[in-house]
Amino acid sequence: MPSLGADMQRGVLGHWLVKPGDRVSRGDIIAVIGTDKADIEAEVFEDGVVERLLAKPGDELPVGAVLATIRGDAGPPAPNEPSAPAPPPAPASVRASPLARRLAAEWHVDLASIAGTGPGGVIERHDVEAAAKHVPPPEPARPGASEPSVALSGMRRAIAVAMARSNWEIPHYYLETSIDMRTALAWLEQANAVRPLKDRLLPAAILLKAVVRALAIVPELNGHWVDGQPRSSAAIHLGVAVALRQGGLIIPCIRDAGPRSVDDMMQGLRGCVERARSGRLRTSDLSDATITVTNLGDLGVEVVHGVIYPPQVALVGFGRIRERPWAEDGMLGVRPVLEATLAGDHRASDGRDGARFLDALDKLLQKPDTL
Amino acid sequence: MTYRDAIREAIRRALREDSRVFLMGEDVGRYGGCFAVSKGLLAEFGPERIRDTPLSESGFTGIGIGAALGGMRPIVEIMTVNFSLLALDQIVNNAATLLHMSGGQFNVPIVIRMATGGGRQLAAQHSHSLEGWYAHIPGIHVIAPATLEDGYGMLLRALEYPDPVLIFENATLYNMEGELPAGPGPVDILTARIRRSGTHLSILTYGASLWKSLDAAGQLEQQGIDAEVVDLRSLRPLDDASIMDSVRRTHRALIVDEGWKSGGVSAEISARIIEQAFYDLDRPVARLCSAEVPMPYARHLEDAALPQTSAIAAAAKDLVSRG
Repeated sequence: MPSLGADMQRGVLGHWLVKPGDRVSRGDIIAVIGTDKADIEAEVFEDGVVERLLAKPGDELPVGAVLATIRGDAGPPAPNEPSAPAPPPAPASVRASPLARRLAAEWHVDLASIAGTGPGGVIERHDVEAAAKHVPPPEPARPGASEPSVALSGMRRAIAVAMARSNWEIPHYYLETSIDMRTALAWLEQANAVRPLKDRLLPAAILLKAVVRALAIVPELNGHWVDGQPRSSAAIHLGVAVALRQGGLIIPCIRDAGPRSVDDMMQGLRGCVERARSGRLRTSDLSDATITVTNLGDLGVEVVHGVIYPPQVALVGFGRIRERPWAEDGMLGVRPVLEATLAGDHRASDGRDGARFLDALDKLLQKPDTL
Repeated sequence: MTYRDAIREAIRRALREDSRVFLMGEDVGRYGGCFAVSKGLLAEFGPERIRDTPLSESGFTGIGIGAALGGMRPIVEIMTVNFSLLALDQIVNNAATLLHMSGGQFNVPIVIRMATGGGRQLAAQHSHSLEGWYAHIPGIHVIAPATLEDGYGMLLRALEYPDPVLIFENATLYNMEGELPAGPGPVDILTARIRRSGTHLSILTYGASLWKSLDAAGQLEQQGIDAEVVDLRSLRPLDDASIMDSVRRTHRALIVDEGWKSGGVSAEISARIIEQAFYDLDRPVARLCSAEVPMPYARHLEDAALPQTSAIAAAAKDLVSRG
């Protein structure tokens, strides 16, 4: 079961797209996984032949549970690699309930290493759950119990959990700057003049590219806060908040955004927005982003003060680009102006880092041809 | 209204609505029934349809089977399940087999009602719970209504069935007060019902033990134990789907049965849980049944022999205890 987000603890196997004996190669979509947020296509990360499907559609499994075994092209599995579900059946001397044994096999928990708390030390479900650091699913609601008038969808619940945790844990600081977009938009117009319609660039593409470049200058903002310390990331995986038309939001990720060209960035953006809106995201789309960019400008919003998506440590917000009076060199003119904001995790960075980031962003957008 | 009244109302409605229906048994007419279920019906419907019989269970049960074969819809009342043993040959060898032995030509649409269970100081010849024996027999339905709605509605539905239905009325329920739902009608006789939903364990029971189990669940709630109580309602067929659904959610099952353990309903349910839900069990199935003795006459001994609320609560607590 792949991890499709930092908060994901379990997922439901929707259905298989392969059967035993099928040949698969890296990048193939082999299954659909249901998470709190959406149905995700699961990719395979190696070449080989599907040997056994261990999970059944509908199985709810913790992250890390083995869904299927694939025999690599290198040949049959080494003798010490069991082709059956990984943990050997618990020795008969272990006293465990049938349910505990079944769950231990599904979650790959070694029963011999657990102390039971049932009568006479029998291992029961609770003990296996504790060992698997597994959070049991909510018990089904009692029939007849009054339902909340609007049932929380999985996505709404996931957003609620992540955002409540963010506001509870993360000391946010907010910085805001106005950026003159005249040069950038002019460059964009020129660039689009020579591109076929389907390859046209949106302002978002250069904004994302500028964010990536600015992060190279201020790497403190790119990464995660884990176990009480900042871990900045060498790779830049840009999470792009996409509002869904049916409500809710999802943050697919443009992976390895560092070396991407503006065109490449545009392509990545187009792909993941389309997949997010059609509900066909892939596992790689949802791998942990290292920073999130949210752009509410298309709805006319001028300034975004965002909530950081944990465990990330920063969120960049863009408002609408609109014409404003702009004083420069003692003269008043009219310029397209963008309000760019940064929400930073004060544990991982300081206002000065954030200010350097916004400053770098501004400077980069004044020289779009260097992006 | 009492459980007794609810059953009487169902019989009255059936007699009014269907001219094929008649009631037959010992003391059902002039005496009004040994548990007063049929009180007043003789005056209303006359001796053709409310028929007193001699003390001859085998005889009048056989007459009932013959009437059913002839197109009538007899309701045969047998005083208690203990006395029904005199009619066992008719029920097991005729009622249950004729459809099969006639190659599907002859249905036997008979309804046989009888009182069951202890708790009234009537001693060992009037107080046993032998419904589990009948649940052994293919060819008959065995049902045990525990509520007013079921006492009324399951009887009406039983009369619609083309095959023999045995209704077991726990005699301690006759005086139970309650209300019928508005516009009462036939209710399903094949499925179990969840009478109280819970998450920590499933108490599977029927008849008078349902109410003791619900009381026990109330006590358990105050100790933080959330018990589900399933009313089996039908002992043959058993509603495996509902039983397993409950056990798969709670992972622990306690069967409460006024019958004896050995070879009884509780043994059958337990075996089915092992067959169908073994990998969902977090504890061995627990059973609380009557003591394996002929039912004592003395009040304190009879109380001790039957599953009581306090014992149900204690058994449930054991089933969820840790360490």
